[in-house]
Amino acid sequence: MPIENIDTDQIIPARFLKATTRDGFGKNLFRDWRYSNDDESQPKVDFVLNHKIYSGEILVAGKNFGCGSSREHAAWAIKDYGFKVVISSFFADIFKNNALNNGLLPITVSDAFLQQLFQLSPADTLTVSLEAQTVCIDKSGQKESFEINSYKKTCLLKGYDDIDYLINMRTSIEQFEQQIA
Amino acid sequence: MAKTLFEKIWDKHVVKQIEDGPSILYIDKHFIHEVTSPQAFKGLEKRGLSVFRPQQVVATADHNVPTLNQHLPIKDELSRIQVQQLIENCKKHQIELYGLGHPFQGIVHVIGPELGITQPGMTIVCGDSHTSTHGAFGAIAFGIGTSEVEMVFASQCLMQTKPKLMRINIEGELNKGVVAKDIILYIIAQISASGATGYFVEYAGSAIRALSMEARMTICNMSIEMGARGGMIAPDETTFQYIKGRQFAPSGESWNQKVQEWSVLYSDADAVFDQEIHIDATAIQPMITYGTNPGLGIAINGFIPVAESIPDEGERHTIEKALKYMGLESGKSLLGLPVQHIFIGSCTNSRIEDLRQVALLVKGRKKNEHVQVMIVPGSQQVSKQVQAEGLDKIFQEAGFEIRQAGCSACLGMNEDKIPAGEYCISTSNRNFEGRQGAGARTLLASPLTAAAAAITGVVTDVRELM
Repeated sequence: MPIENIDTDQIIPARFLKATTRDGFGKNLFRDWRYSNDDESQPKVDFVLNHKIYSGEILVAGKNFGCGSSREHAAWAIKDYGFKVVISSFFADIFKNNALNNGLLPITVSDAFLQQLFQLSPADTLTVSLEAQTVCIDKSGQKESFEINSYKKTCLLKGYDDIDYLINMRTSIEQFEQQIA
Repeated sequence: MAKTLFEKIWDKHVVKQIEDGPSILYIDKHFIHEVTSPQAFKGLEKRGLSVFRPQQVVATADHNVPTLNQHLPIKDELSRIQVQQLIENCKKHQIELYGLGHPFQGIVHVIGPELGITQPGMTIVCGDSHTSTHGAFGAIAFGIGTSEVEMVFASQCLMQTKPKLMRINIEGELNKGVVAKDIILYIIAQISASGATGYFVEYAGSAIRALSMEARMTICNMSIEMGARGGMIAPDETTFQYIKGRQFAPSGESWNQKVQEWSVLYSDADAVFDQEIHIDATAIQPMITYGTNPGLGIAINGFIPVAESIPDEGERHTIEKALKYMGLESGKSLLGLPVQHIFIGSCTNSRIEDLRQVALLVKGRKKNEHVQVMIVPGSQQVSKQVQAEGLDKIFQEAGFEIRQAGCSACLGMNEDKIPAGEYCISTSNRNFEGRQGAGARTLLASPLTAAAAAITGVVTDVRELM
């Protein structure tokens, strides 16, 4: 999706935020870009998710991806649809945290590399290694490294989350509260 | 060592710093609402945990509520269930809820400040990106996702990486017809919708110091629209006077002590920012947006950029796509464009001062017959004040419809939506495609500019009516 500033209202419009669970948001991912008149029998043929040929687990999008609302439903929708990785040259802060907290890996690459990805043909494939922190264009073997802080990397690789960590900190947190009181 | 306002507050709230990782940041106040909290409560319960510090959590129902007949059950089933879930969750976890029917109910970013819950020096979070609003009081306030809401429930802490710091200095006197909304739309148009991503912004300078608290909230509110995690303004006498005497404000001896603590909350003279921007207040005109992100704004008497002349391909494509959606043309003025809807409300511009400005302009005038005008006060308390000051009569005589408190037509979630293809001048914060309803076309502007268009039925330079 070589579109910049894709906001979370496009990823999941507000009218689909009425659920009280985290499941099933993939159905409405990019709802208004995917269908005409909000009708699933009228897919917009020129929208990328409606092309059968693009069936991977990596979403590649223009810069400032995930801007706008803090709705975590955006990350849930992308994950539920089947994506494991989002690649862009720039992510909005809250979206990035939300993605990481849901095991969806946001990868920031250089503008030049992103443009190269957009030039690839639909049949080309990419391989992402979180361990090695690289994105590789399989055809050419060309690689780009990406940054991720080591704490978050460990969490993703081992399936830990921040809450596990924080709960174990409760005693220190209580001590902190007494200090500031 | 010299510190910024942000650093003074941040440093006091760090429980622990993880090596090559985030800080564990203590949160003083946690606001919640019906849309982004249910999954957090569920997650917490799944782990067999209860809310760690329920007394530091305050809840309200705002996003998904109707703005008519709030005494009746909510018609939409899913919305009703979501609001009901909030009631049950708050009861179960002993969280104070200002729900529908409560005299304190309203948009979360309106009620926190007006009740005196929001105070200088605090860390404040909410599962809502416009939490940046509370930064107007000299607090570190930012929006979080639902997993983070769960973290705060579980531990009253968050894992956060310290952001970079930016200061935006605005010096000089404002032109006639220019209000806080124009300042922030101007800034975003200058630095773009992603110009402050990765930063926390402090607004400073004589133009900011001269603003009321309501105006400062409008500015901090839209910090997220340039990508900033939050915005803040050093507290001063204006801040203290606003807080004093409010429901949950400190009182008696504790008041004096607090004011003393708050008085040191400013950036030291030699504090260093990662980036500084200087803006001349006299260069700002009343603003309006023409595109589908808040950075695509122009002076009301300016012209839409000519897309073909923009060298950056991505930016050109963004503008072309936006103009197609908006049904507007490159190089044209927006003045005179017929609009069908006016929405005055949202966490950006639904406070009493906003409504006073509108009332002053429309007093003795009538709305244009082709526009529908909706005024949605930000809270029950604002509604009450509107009546006490007789502003409701002015609005009724002008043909404006006054609704009950809620997020309303800002986000196309509740019953209040703008029909596809129609134009709405909105005092809210986002003009994204479909934000106010699928296919709706939003032009962001100040309450004054919105009111001017309500009277004329077309995009109007408010100065012509002043």
